[in-house]
Amino acid sequence: MKDWFRKGAAKISLLSGMLLLPVLFAVFFSSVAADKPQTAIDEESQQCLVCHSSHRYEITDTLTGETVTMKMHSELQIDPVEYRSATHGEFKCTDCHSADYNIHPHPVSTKFEANYTCMDCHGGDETYASFHFETIEEEYLKSIHATELGEEFTCWSCHNPHTYKLSDKLPGQLVNRVARNNAACLTCHGDINNYAVLIEKELPDLIKSHDWLPNQSLHFRKVRCIDCHSANNDSIMVAHLVLPADQSVRNCVECHSTNSILMASLYKHQAVEKRSKLGFYNGVIMNEAYLIGANRNYYLNVASIVIFIMVLIGIAIHATLRYINRHRKHGN
Amino acid sequence: MATKKIYLYPLWLRIWHHVNAVLMLALILTGVSMQYSNPDYPLIRFDIAVSVHNISGILLTLSYFYFFLGILFTSIGRHYVMKQGFIKAFYQQARYYMFGIFRGEPSPFPVNADRKFNPIQQITYNVIQHAITPVTFITGWALLYPETIILNVFGYSGILLTSLLHVAAGFLISIFLVIHLYFITVGHSVSSNMKSMITGYHEIHDDVKNNSADSEGEQSSEDSGKTK
Repeated sequence: MKDWFRKGAAKISLLSGMLLLPVLFAVFFSSVAADKPQTAIDEESQQCLVCHSSHRYEITDTLTGETVTMKMHSELQIDPVEYRSATHGEFKCTDCHSADYNIHPHPVSTKFEANYTCMDCHGGDETYASFHFETIEEEYLKSIHATELGEEFTCWSCHNPHTYKLSDKLPGQLVNRVARNNAACLTCHGDINNYAVLIEKELPDLIKSHDWLPNQSLHFRKVRCIDCHSANNDSIMVAHLVLPADQSVRNCVECHSTNSILMASLYKHQAVEKRSKLGFYNGVIMNEAYLIGANRNYYLNVASIVIFIMVLIGIAIHATLRYINRHRKHGN
Repeated sequence: MATKKIYLYPLWLRIWHHVNAVLMLALILTGVSMQYSNPDYPLIRFDIAVSVHNISGILLTLSYFYFFLGILFTSIGRHYVMKQGFIKAFYQQARYYMFGIFRGEPSPFPVNADRKFNPIQQITYNVIQHAITPVTFITGWALLYPETIILNVFGYSGILLTSLLHVAAGFLISIFLVIHLYFITVGHSVSSNMKSMITGYHEIHDDVKNNSADSEGEQSSEDSGKTK
């Protein structure tokens, strides 16, 4: 009996293993394939990364043969892995930077290099028409960053060209996307030194200035700064019109209602659906979070109202019958 | 017509009951306001609703434990114990509420010093107090500290499931509240139950006393309750 049981169990485990293995492989490889394939870095750029991917670099005097080790400024350090998987990771360094950088040590002329902005490549280009770069520029020019800081602030102040990924369209992992997005804001708004470089103002304490917000840490983890601090524009995917603090969203129900503005901002990239997922309003939010007031369930709403009305009708019938009985008794 | 008054609702219990009622009402109103929040028709301003709901929820938790200790360490607790033959007694009481009450039949389980609740009241109060109310405040505390909630339960957000449980339990309490308010009127007179919960004394009337189905089992109120 025991043998029979053991053999049976072995057969079942073998069969389930045979069925499960391909599934596990498929899951593993599909998750791997979901990441952007890393591109190989060309030889010329690899030469740049010998120094720029390190914290320190060496320069040798060709006349004396003397070698010195220098520190690489953190802003000039490039993470090759991150760069290769970034949106612009297929470019050679000299596609954007001057060819003079191929000379070591770099000549003074490189210091006067004008940096490209997004519009220099993407402006008026039909290939990128769906991104509406012109609208992004218009919106940005109206933002507090442009009006307060002018030339001091550029696209690169928020979007690091060497690491920027077009990840906002990918579903899932919203918490990571929010963290990455907010990290860009906190580079200046959470760092007294970076803030001071841009503007001569005292850096506001973000915890204190948001102390009116219930469940502050949850909000910071689940929504982006720009979801409250910028004005949405229907034709662009990510809002670029960053507003002054006093014009930002402070009314809870702008998000916590069936008409949640988050559907036009944070969840814009997901399928736009009014009611989905077993009747939940703003169902796409529920892939990542639960938002009181916004994630109501149509069927539960109807059921609760029906139950409530039935209870009231039941009470009314009961009370009426009691009243009739009491009157009959008094009549007798 | 009252022949006897028995002291059934001590002061501590009345204070708890009324405080609990106010907290429950505040929680239901603010909860409904948040769940059905609308920028154009706000019942209660969202941030005010959140604060009032949180404070009331914390106070309700304290109130529950106050009540729990009260029934554990005072003689009031015995009224909540469901005795043998409960199912039959429940059926009798349900039959009375559905038919007998309209025919002027006597209550099968009239109030006396040893029996404050009929079987339906017993099970309802036990379920509301010891099952549904704890569900509301346990899930409520979890939502107050959402980082304590399991992120994913079989593919569903832990916060979503906790919220659904919280709202469903809150809904059941609101249904209970409506029925409970109606049953205030099911006394000897429409206002007699209300008076009892204010003064603490329950009136026993001659007609009820003589007509009750189990008056033979009725114990003298002097045994355990203060009488007037």
